[in-house]
Amino acid sequence: MSYLSIIKNGIVKENPTFVLMLGMCPTLATTTSAINGMSMGLATMAVLICTNFVISCIKKVTPDMVRIPVFIVVIAAFVTILQMIIKAYLPEIDASLGLFIPLIVVNCIILGRAEAFAAKNSPVASLFDGIGIGLGFTIGLTLLGVCRELLGSGSVFGLQLLPETYNILLFVLPPGAFITLGFLVAIVNKLKKA
Amino acid sequence: MEYILIFISAIFVNNIVLSQFLGICPFLGVSKKIDTSLGMSAAVAFVLTLATIVTWLVQHYVLDVFGLAYLQTIAFILVIAALVQMVEIILKKVSPALYQALGIFLPLITTNCAVLGVAILVIQKDFSLLQSVVYAFSTALGFGLALTVFAGMREQMELSSIPKGMRGMAIVMLSAGLLSLAFMGFSGVDGGLRLLFGLD
Repeated sequence: MSYLSIIKNGIVKENPTFVLMLGMCPTLATTTSAINGMSMGLATMAVLICTNFVISCIKKVTPDMVRIPVFIVVIAAFVTILQMIIKAYLPEIDASLGLFIPLIVVNCIILGRAEAFAAKNSPVASLFDGIGIGLGFTIGLTLLGVCRELLGSGSVFGLQLLPETYNILLFVLPPGAFITLGFLVAIVNKLKKA
Repeated sequence: MEYILIFISAIFVNNIVLSQFLGICPFLGVSKKIDTSLGMSAAVAFVLTLATIVTWLVQHYVLDVFGLAYLQTIAFILVIAALVQMVEIILKKVSPALYQALGIFLPLITTNCAVLGVAILVIQKDFSLLQSVVYAFSTALGFGLALTVFAGMREQMELSSIPKGMRGMAIVMLSAGLLSLAFMGFSGVDGGLRLLFGLD
């Protein structure tokens, strides 16, 4: 498999948001605006690329019995590093994502990819898989964020497009997350069949 | 009074699944039948309360004492993973009947973000140990309530005909949205209770 097709696989065929439906907690919780969704996606992608690479490097020296705990410690270490970097340099992102940065540890995508891809493939291929799946996740979150922000507060990335009287507050509130994602998944299903 | 407030607010007002988006994976995955969802709720209630007590103790008597607060994420996830494993082993020996009922759900709980989420939340909110226990237990009850109600909805949904594109996850998401909308009717209740108890 060429590296380009690994990336394409992550974005289209195994898109974590619309196809695999993994990592739903941050997907629903942090997409109140496009920029929040995108930062969550990028944060997850950063961790995923690092963990995929490292896990693929250490797969030969890890006994099978303690595989999962080892993976979790690697993931938690990278999440802690990321958490410190975000706290130090991007305090506004830290404030808006809050709890969901440490919760990247239990995001099923990361452990899922470690098990399904990194534990079986070469480090470089795993690196590209991290980029692909990470991009797929970022695109999913950004798309959901754009839809919710446009419907809920009439803007996209903070740029006001609709007058305030057209806002449907519901879409920024929790129910809007479920409803918007439901319709996006339905649209993706429809496109896949066509 | 304060504990009643924490109790009501964690179950209805700030429901862990429907308004805080923690534990969505089991909420979507294990909600096809009412009895499996009850089993999952019981297992989560057990592990969540136990894990919160242990992580609270770890935070206050190990991490804070030695100035290792930055190791919080790693320490907590390891404690939770070890705890789940231990509960599984103990249950198997002590109560095979309970193990039969909860067994298949236990391994799933390690990666349930509600457990780690609540453990971190009680530290962020600076709760005392008793407050943390009440908060964790009522959060788990809220999780169980949402899960069971949703399973009931999905059992009914099996019987109705759904447009082709909407089948599968799409309709599940939409119904979760409606349930979340229903729970939004409780918003403001905690503020009212605060006034009633004179906590402000």
